[in-house]
Amino acid sequence: MDIEATAAPQQATATSPPVRRFYRHRLPVRVMHWINVFCLTILLMSGLNIFNAHPALYWGQGSNFARPWFSLRAENTPAGAVGKTQIGNADFTTSGVLGLSKVDGSQTARGFPSWATIPGPQWLAMARHWHLFFAWLFIVNGVLYLLYTIFSRHLVRDLVPTKVELKNVGRSIVDHLKFKHPTGEAARRYNVLQSLTYLIVIFGLLPLVVVAGMAMSPRIDSVFTGWVSLVGGRQSARSLHFLGAFGLLLFVVIHVVEVVIAGIWNELRSMITGWYVLPVKHVKEEGQP
Amino acid sequence: MKKTFTLMRARQRDRRRVLRGAMVAAGSAVLAGCDKLSNNQAFVDTLKSSQYLSRAAQKVVAPRPAMAQEFSESDIAPSFRGNGTLDPMDADYQALRQAGFANYELMVGGLVEKSASYTLAQLRAMPSRTQVTRHDCVEGWSCIGKWKGVPLGLILEQVKPLPQAKYVVFRCFDSMDGPTLDGHDSRYYESIDLDEANHAQTILAYELNDQPLPVTNGAPIRCRVERQLGYKQAKYVKAIELVASFASIRGGKGGYWEDEGYEWYGGI
Repeated sequence: MDIEATAAPQQATATSPPVRRFYRHRLPVRVMHWINVFCLTILLMSGLNIFNAHPALYWGQGSNFARPWFSLRAENTPAGAVGKTQIGNADFTTSGVLGLSKVDGSQTARGFPSWATIPGPQWLAMARHWHLFFAWLFIVNGVLYLLYTIFSRHLVRDLVPTKVELKNVGRSIVDHLKFKHPTGEAARRYNVLQSLTYLIVIFGLLPLVVVAGMAMSPRIDSVFTGWVSLVGGRQSARSLHFLGAFGLLLFVVIHVVEVVIAGIWNELRSMITGWYVLPVKHVKEEGQP
Repeated sequence: MKKTFTLMRARQRDRRRVLRGAMVAAGSAVLAGCDKLSNNQAFVDTLKSSQYLSRAAQKVVAPRPAMAQEFSESDIAPSFRGNGTLDPMDADYQALRQAGFANYELMVGGLVEKSASYTLAQLRAMPSRTQVTRHDCVEGWSCIGKWKGVPLGLILEQVKPLPQAKYVVFRCFDSMDGPTLDGHDSRYYESIDLDEANHAQTILAYELNDQPLPVTNGAPIRCRVERQLGYKQAKYVKAIELVASFASIRGGKGGYWEDEGYEWYGGI
């Protein structure tokens, strides 16, 4: 594909060299993206501290204390304390990270380790203050994003894949597995797997985490008496909130890996300044060290 | 050629190590910053201010009379978990307990037209409400139980709160730090506003799962405030006091756990 020829009418003047730069992310999207990064980081880490107050998960309305489906605990053995992670009927030794980890140099029984929680020490009241404050910021940011993405047509224009793109989803999967990224004009749009993932996160995972979080609030439960049963009960809601949070974490890990593969400086620049350089076929990313 | 390659590899490895070190250092610095902020009063007050927003928003979406979910008998947990104080060691409580709470008297006073006191027998003789509800602990677990008790609203009707009364304070028997001789007061206390106190499901419970309330769950009387978290449900209630403000009571935050940093509004 001749990138220079296609890009020329948009950017280049008669004298300047052909420009492959284009304005990819508009200011509101960039600002809201970074607010989201900030909020989700704090929400995840303060959430882990809250989880540590009762490091066990259940299905249903109430807690069946004898049978959580997931729990982190410390156990005393003749050889000393060990950290245990239980998933269903399986038990794993996870000393040092889950169930038992060092706090200020001494082994302490706690679910997630202090380097993964806000605040570091086990402190439920404080973790709740962080969590519930930044939950508000996250919600306000999220609602503004939804309004913006719909009314600016960002959603229809950039996020919803075309029929042709949807047909090529198989090829996109193969390309991803080969770590091959679109180049030239094709890189102007999100690739189909990417836009589908964003749609699932924006309209599936994030609302799930929010609704499950709200289902844990006893006052919100009374909005429509009994609605919490629709998500399986309050303890199911707590489990879904937790699983949803780890779904988001998985998304973030893949997202960051893809950013690194696609060209970390180019991608970062486009989310900070808005400007993105179309990658050239078979040529190594210029911004990459 | 090979030597240069090895050198490059080594350099790359060094760079990666430095980068990793820098990231770990930056991460720890951010975490230490968060912990520092957690001890900064102004910052914590800002974080805590979101509870007023939450309360206002929740009052809009779930208005005053909105009912907490009630369950069927088959949902009742085989045993209702006790938390906090499980066996008060305070002498006055121990004496009452030994006599099967026959001498128990609930004092209701403060900003009311006529203060009153109720024996357990008198409370049991009043109209009652029975509800199978879910108890949500701030720690994250839930337990379903069947409660029977006197609606708090009925008691308030009898004592007639004065217009300036805004909150209902529950004074409890149990000293959270154990009984001490030096006069240090750590007895549990809690407070709710009048909207919550007059809610249909707010009751002074004397029965749990068709049995007299066990000591682990707050015998002889515990309050049920079904749309708030567990720490708002005062156990071992000794007296009820109507006040205009709880600022001058103990730590001034409206409850034992509130004084320890938890939100006064336990609806979230």
